[in-house]
Amino acid sequence: MDVRQAASPAARPSILADIDWRAVFWQVLVVGLVVGGVWWLVANTLHNLEVRRIAAGFGFLEREAGFGIGEAPIPYAPTDTYARALFVGILNTLKVAAIGIVLATILGTLVGVARLSRNWLLARLAGAYVEVMRNVPLLVQLFFWYALLQGLPAPRRAEGWFGDTMFLTNRGVFLPAPVWQPAFAWALAAFAAGLVAALVWRARAKARQAATGERPALLRTTLGLLLIPPLAVLALAGTAVQVDVPALQGFNIRGGWAVTPEFTALLVGLTLYTAAFIGEIVRAGILAVSKGQWEAAEALGLDRGATLRLIVLPQALRVIIPPTTSQYLALTKNSSLAVAIGYPDLVSVANTTINQTGQAIEGVAIIMAAYLTVSLSISAVMNWYNRRIALVER
Amino acid sequence: MTGPALSWLRANLFNGWVNSAVTLALLYILAGLAIDIAGWAVADAVWSLPAGDSAACRAEGAGACWGFIAQTHRFLLFGTYPVAEQWRPALASALFVALYAVSAPRRFWRRELLVVWVVGLALIFGLMGGGVAGLTVVPASQWGGLPVTLILATIGIAGAFPLAVLLALGRQAKGLPAIRTLCVIYIELIRGVPLISLLFMASVMLPLFLPAGLTIDKLMRAQIAIVLFAAAYLAEVIRGGLQSLPKGQYEAADALGLGYWRKMGLVILPQALRLVIPPLVNTFIGLFKDTSLVLIIGIYDLLNAAKTTVVDPVWLGFGVEAYLTVAAIFFVFCFAMSRYSQRLEVDLNQGVRR
Repeated sequence: MDVRQAASPAARPSILADIDWRAVFWQVLVVGLVVGGVWWLVANTLHNLEVRRIAAGFGFLEREAGFGIGEAPIPYAPTDTYARALFVGILNTLKVAAIGIVLATILGTLVGVARLSRNWLLARLAGAYVEVMRNVPLLVQLFFWYALLQGLPAPRRAEGWFGDTMFLTNRGVFLPAPVWQPAFAWALAAFAAGLVAALVWRARAKARQAATGERPALLRTTLGLLLIPPLAVLALAGTAVQVDVPALQGFNIRGGWAVTPEFTALLVGLTLYTAAFIGEIVRAGILAVSKGQWEAAEALGLDRGATLRLIVLPQALRVIIPPTTSQYLALTKNSSLAVAIGYPDLVSVANTTINQTGQAIEGVAIIMAAYLTVSLSISAVMNWYNRRIALVER
Repeated sequence: MTGPALSWLRANLFNGWVNSAVTLALLYILAGLAIDIAGWAVADAVWSLPAGDSAACRAEGAGACWGFIAQTHRFLLFGTYPVAEQWRPALASALFVALYAVSAPRRFWRRELLVVWVVGLALIFGLMGGGVAGLTVVPASQWGGLPVTLILATIGIAGAFPLAVLLALGRQAKGLPAIRTLCVIYIELIRGVPLISLLFMASVMLPLFLPAGLTIDKLMRAQIAIVLFAAAYLAEVIRGGLQSLPKGQYEAADALGLGYWRKMGLVILPQALRLVIPPLVNTFIGLFKDTSLVLIIGIYDLLNAAKTTVVDPVWLGFGVEAYLTVAAIFFVFCFAMSRYSQRLEVDLNQGVRR
């Protein structure tokens, strides 16, 4: 509707009543206020920095950091630069977020399905889990898990699990780890080749079904293409997989794959917390598909598996995916709570950097830029995906 | 066992062999856990201790150290607030709970409630800060524990709400692209970064932003960060309400010749806000939990009080008990609110649902 027509065209009483002019006026006013406010803050900041003799800029990144980092996916020493320390922080953040997202998705799906189970006990247990997790702050949970891990016995007195191959101690969790061998690289390459072949096979199977109505065996072939080549390479190379088993030596446990208590507490906390939210989303998504859809698919003669795959899941996913994306983003942002329990994530490293150099503005800017990059890129991908699967109405 | 009970068991726990196996496996695991936890939390627990002596809790085979909570509960609840004056934060917390309770029933949602809130908050801040009615002055740096958590969450929402309404309206404003862009940038920027980075900003950068001589108390700075943070999330909730109103409501207000502000204030917002009350309560629960993050910039909220307690050499290593207690307090508040929001949703939908 156009309000302008009331005032136009013959007699234009006043410029004050013109909706276009008013829009311009309000926008100029608001933008002016915002620019003025920002100007005032920047001027204050520049003045304060000058008074405190803090040199603005990112030059400090090239200086030697001088502090150690408990765990680093890439080689790092205190003699490295701040830039490298911050990069290690980003990698640690991405590591815990990526593993957390995978685990929370699996657990969350199980919880969501369990809440809809016809087994009363299972449904109630899943419900209680969700209520407890959602109503206690994540930070409290992290402290709880960390305190619990600190209460474990020292390595010297720790009992081994699964025939002394796994140890839960107050210095961390020790797991057996396969030893890296050159043949693994070839096996990985074979797996990649198998993956490509499987994708090609899938496309051809689809084309054939569209043309003839026959449905070539997809699952068996895909599994075969994915599993046989890498296993064959390993068998040909003649290397048995060696496992490095952790064992007590002196006062500590050596060997195997050592997971620090900080990482364990953060991962467990993030996973359990986020899984409760994802569980509710999955439950809502499944409930959102009406019963008629199941019945219609049955009437078409589809079996239960095909109904789930072709009819129900695509519709449920449409409801599930957008909120799940926000949960992934929330998990990534929540991983910044690592600073409270001492896991060296980006915020933690940046915090140390700020304390050492006094470059508060640059430090906070780096944190914000890193999270914004992750958030905005995940949202962009998900918005694109969402548009692709969205229902097209009218 | 009677007939109905037996048939209930059949229908809900033992229908088919898969379900029976699941039930039995769950019962087995639950029983094992229940025995372990009951042993730790009840049977082997140490309930009372001599003052400042944790030896009994450190004995071999001792379970939960509840005596520790009994001795430190004042610090846990009120932090570093002067001990002789701790009735004041206790009363302030009780006032907060009373304010929440009074605001819950729908028949109390009227103009007078706003007056009740203003008076209640004035009383709370008078009690906490002192300096009036003969109360000694207690600076905000000594406030701690539960009242700080309640203040941060409540003022956070109250302060964020007007800002959020403006942001939501700005984002929806069709003819004002510049204002719309500003609102979108603000909302997406805040929602894209973790709350911690805003708290850091408030604690280390805000002093740099202000002219020399103007300083803001640390608690106040954290409060500002929480308000700015909450506003972005609330704005998105309110935008949901604005979008779900039928277009006819906007057009009808235009047809009546109402100007923009009267259209929004009299026609659109009352309906849109009513639609989003349940998600608003959920946002409040989220914010209530998020206030625990102020610990990271060194403010003595409920969680930080617990953390400080277990740093004391006497109580070192009893973190599990302390954090379980804090978790229980948070749970009571959040669970009550989430149940309330669920009931509200059903109530408000009564006219719509058939």
